[in-house]
Formats: sequence, C-alpha cells, structure tokens
Amino acid sequence: MALLSAATAAGAQERQPGVSIGLQYRVGQKSTLLVLPIAGPAGDSVAAMLTRDFDYSDRFTVVAPSAVPPVTGALNYGLVSRLGVDGVVQVVLRPTGGLRVQLHDVGKKAVVQEREVPLPTPVLSGAWRMAVHGVADLVEEWIVGQRGIAQTRIAFTRGGRVWLVDSDGANVTPVTASGMSPQWLPSGRGLVYSVLDGTRNPIMTTDLATGTQRILIAGSGVEHTTPAVSPDGRLLVFARGTDVGTDLYAQLLEGGTPRRITVGRGRASVQPSFSPDGQRLVFMSDRSGRQEVYIGDVDGTNVELLTTGVFGDRDYRAGPDWSPDGRLVAFQSRNGGTFQIMTINLRDQSVRQVTNEGRNDDPSWAPDSRHLVVTRSFDGVRHLWVVDTETGRTRQLTRGAESRLAAWSPRLSTP
Amino acid sequence: MHRVSRLMVATAAASLALGACKKKPTPAPAPAPAAPAPKPEPRPTPPPAPRDTMEEYRTKVAAARAVLLETIYFDYDADELREEARASLDAKLRLLNANPGLSIRVAGHCDERGSDEYNIALGRRRAEAAKRYLTDRGIDGSRIATASFGREQPASTGASEEAWSKNRRDEFEITAGGDALRPAP
Repeated sequence: MALLSAATAAGAQERQPGVSIGLQYRVGQKSTLLVLPIAGPAGDSVAAMLTRDFDYSDRFTVVAPSAVPPVTGALNYGLVSRLGVDGVVQVVLRPTGGLRVQLHDVGKKAVVQEREVPLPTPVLSGAWRMAVHGVADLVEEWIVGQRGIAQTRIAFTRGGRVWLVDSDGANVTPVTASGMSPQWLPSGRGLVYSVLDGTRNPIMTTDLATGTQRILIAGSGVEHTTPAVSPDGRLLVFARGTDVGTDLYAQLLEGGTPRRITVGRGRASVQPSFSPDGQRLVFMSDRSGRQEVYIGDVDGTNVELLTTGVFGDRDYRAGPDWSPDGRLVAFQSRNGGTFQIMTINLRDQSVRQVTNEGRNDDPSWAPDSRHLVVTRSFDGVRHLWVVDTETGRTRQLTRGAESRLAAWSPRLSTP
Repeated sequence: MHRVSRLMVATAAASLALGACKKKPTPAPAPAPAAPAPKPEPRPTPPPAPRDTMEEYRTKVAAARAVLLETIYFDYDADELREEARASLDAKLRLLNANPGLSIRVAGHCDERGSDEYNIALGRRRAEAAKRYLTDRGIDGSRIATASFGREQPASTGASEEAWSKNRRDEFEITAGGDALRPAP
C-alpha cells in the first residue's frame, strides 16, 4: 500500500497533486467519507453542508452520519472501518465562531490533516455558508490533491433579472434589477451581463460586494448581448446586433472604442467564450447557413468551424463554453429534435454526449472542468441542473420560477 | 323688405370682410353670397371628404391605425417576408406616404425553440427585414426605428406550433404623428 512519505501527523501541509495523504485516491474510484455529527447550534448545518458537498463533488461515497453512533472521546477506527469508511471528517465549532477541521485516515488510524478555519458572522449567512463550503473544498484538496468546487456560485437569469445561487442550491438571491446572460469577472468579484430593454440595450458590470453597476456599452437601435471577459480581466467581448447583422466586438473592459472582430455579412455571431490563455475564442455563428460553433483567435483571425457535425442531426449547435483547463468545449447540439449537451476534445476532436434527457441549453463549466451547469426543461419550464460529465450524474439546482442562462463562478476565496 | 335685405346683405358683406381680415393680411371684399357665410376659422384637421360623416371618418382613422399596428408573422428560423407580410407592409407604406409626420418602431420576436441568445439576433433580422421593405420603397430610414426582443416577450406561451407561430413576429407601434393620422387616399 503506497502511502505518501509526506504524510505525517496533523498539521502537515505538503501534498503531491493527485495522490492523497493516507487515503487512497485513484481516478475512477471513490474514497468513502464520513462526516461525524457536530456539536453546537450550527453543528447540524455544518455537517449537512459538508456531507452534501462531498456527495456533490462526485469524488466520494459519503456515509450518512446517522449510521454512526455519536463519538465521545477517541474515534473508533475499527467500527468505522467495518462500515467501509476510508476517511473521517471531524469538526469542532469554536465559541469564537470559527471551527477546527480534522481529517482521519482510517487505514492509518490517525489524524493526518488539521486546520483552524475562521468563519464570518452571522452564522448561516451567505458568507458563512461560502466559508463552510471552503472547508469541504479544503478537505477535498487534502484527499485528491485538487481543491473542490463547493465554494462557488452560479449566476443565472430569472424573470428578467440576474440572480445567484450557491453551488449546493442554497441562497438564491437577485443581484440586478434587470438583465440576462451573466458571465463572471475572473476575480469572482463581479459579473457582466446584458439588458434587453428595446432602447439602448446596455451591457453592464456589477460589483457583488458593493452592488454598484456600471454601463460598459450602450446605443440606440442596436442590441448588445452575450458579454464575456478575458481570463486576465482586461478585455470585454460581446455581440452587437445592427442592420447589417450581429457581430462580435472587443473593447477594453475599463472603456474604449469597440473593435469588430467578426464580419458576418448579414449573419449572426454570438456567445463568445475565451480559451483559458485568453488567446482564442469559441462562438456560435450561422454564417454557413446553419447554426454552428466556430473557433478562432481573439482578434478574429484564423476562424474555423469547430463542430464539423460528424454526429446525428446536423441542424443546430450553439452555446459554446471553453473548459477552464483548456481541453474541452461544451455546447448544445440538436440531436433527434431536441438539444443535448456535447463536449468536443480540442486535441483529438472526439465528441461525447453528456446529457440524454429533456432539452438542454447553454452549458457552463465549473472550475474543475468536470461539472457543468446547464439549462434543462422537460415540459417547457426551464431549470438549472448540474451535470457530472464523468459519470453522467445530474442534480437539479434550482426550483420554482424558471431559471436559465447560467454561468459558474471561479473558485471564490473566503472574504 | 327691399331695404332690409340690402341691410342684411351689407351686414353679411361687412362680416365677411371682417372675417376675411382675420384670415388674410390684404383681403379683397368677397361678394355677398346667398347662402350663410362659412365659419371664419378652419378646423385643426383637414375637412373630411365629401359625404363622410365624422363617425365614418373616425372609423377610417381607426382602421388606418390598425393597419399600422398589424403584426406580421414569420416561418421558423426565417426572416423572409411572407405574402401576407408584404401585403400588410404595403398597406403601412401607403399610410406612411400619406402621413409625412408619422414614425413607427418595428420590434422583432422569436419562438422559444432555438438558442435564447441567438434569437435576439434573429429578432433583429426580422425587424430589419420589415424596415428594409419600407425603405426600399422610399420611406426614410429615420422614420422607422427597430428593436429585437428575441424570445423574451412571447405573445403566446406553450410548447406547440400554435403558440410558436404566434411568437415569430414583428410588432409595430407608432412613435410619432399618431394623433393626426389621416387615412390613405
């Protein structure tokens, strides 16, 4: 049994990416985790949130805390081992409002990681919840070598406004009075979005900490849609609809003259998405006569058709999103009459279908380049669903009023 | 009687001259008519055609307004103008020509089957198709504003061709000159 030499007693900070300290981690196999019941008024909430986050990561099998009697004194490794548990997460809530998290390696019968984590007040606030999600992500990093995605939020469109929802579906909050098609600033501290008001149709940016909004571009008699910000935060690319068609334009986010980067000759190019190095874009265009996904340089040169349609129905592809690790582009494709989400591998052009029920639109990658949020409908009412592209597992994220046009945030650091 | 009628005629002539003075700077005295004098001040709108009652005229104006506001519809994923759309635009064209002060706005809309964001571009193409039809026939472009709402403002909800067909449309509104609308000749 290969154990990391760096694994030591609690407090060890060194780890090798992709290999766990103590707990075995192999791609495709899941460690079994147990979150112990947590004492204190917010203990149940913290335990439930961590349990859900580990489950939603699709990297762990999670044992329900109720399967284990309350722990008093030392952890009974033999007992939890018989339950098939590989790792135990033990949290103690501090009177000062923070917590201590420990990770037990059941095989080693020892605590292998430990940290004191401060938590903002008030308890159960949005910021507090995000900080607790950060604890789950930290534990995941200890085990699999990559930070989790629990400490993220998804921006989306509902009722003509931009909203946010936490990665676990909680804390649904409106953030703008009107708007649609939100995308994140790479810092995670704000959004860009468009407003379709029929007059000046501005593209706006909003700061999530202060709520202040700023118009980035506006103009009468034209539409400004589908904004996206480059990974270095400097460039804004958007679609502008005029009497000669809809084309992509680029301008500095801080302001300036927009420069047209597609020449559609009456056709439409929309929905830009940056490569992680900021040098290339994917976007949707109907320039061929059919709606397809194209790829090109950020200045509009070297544009090629990306979705060469070797699969199924050939009549409609849209909504491309470039994965944060640069490997894949997700998009929606009409197969057999309804839209499914596909991914194309940029290295070998291989295509995979990652959804197979309902109608699915507008995929957006989570920071792990593995999960997607999509807009799904079965009978017309659209809702956000999370899809694990590795296992195909799906999870409904929003309920109630219709939700669509979502964008997954980068990992959000604890404020 | 003879004296009285001359007095009446003189009075009529005088009032006619006075009435004429209000209207023109150098009036020529008009001959005394046998019929009662016309009113000295004109109506704000042009007089109706002979034999139209006010009610008939109002009906014609309402019909003209309805023609201007009539929605035109499109085939799926298309911005080509159908026969009926061209007929409706021809009728709007006549009214635009008859009313130089008239301005309108065309807003393009889509059904919900395609990509939401692409549909904003398609709605714009639909609005521009109607505008181009009119400007190609002589209407100044500054009189026709355009907008797109994509699929964001459906006329009909539901996932059926019946609902979808009602959403693939250009809607029209009068933005100026609607108060003094004249029917086309």
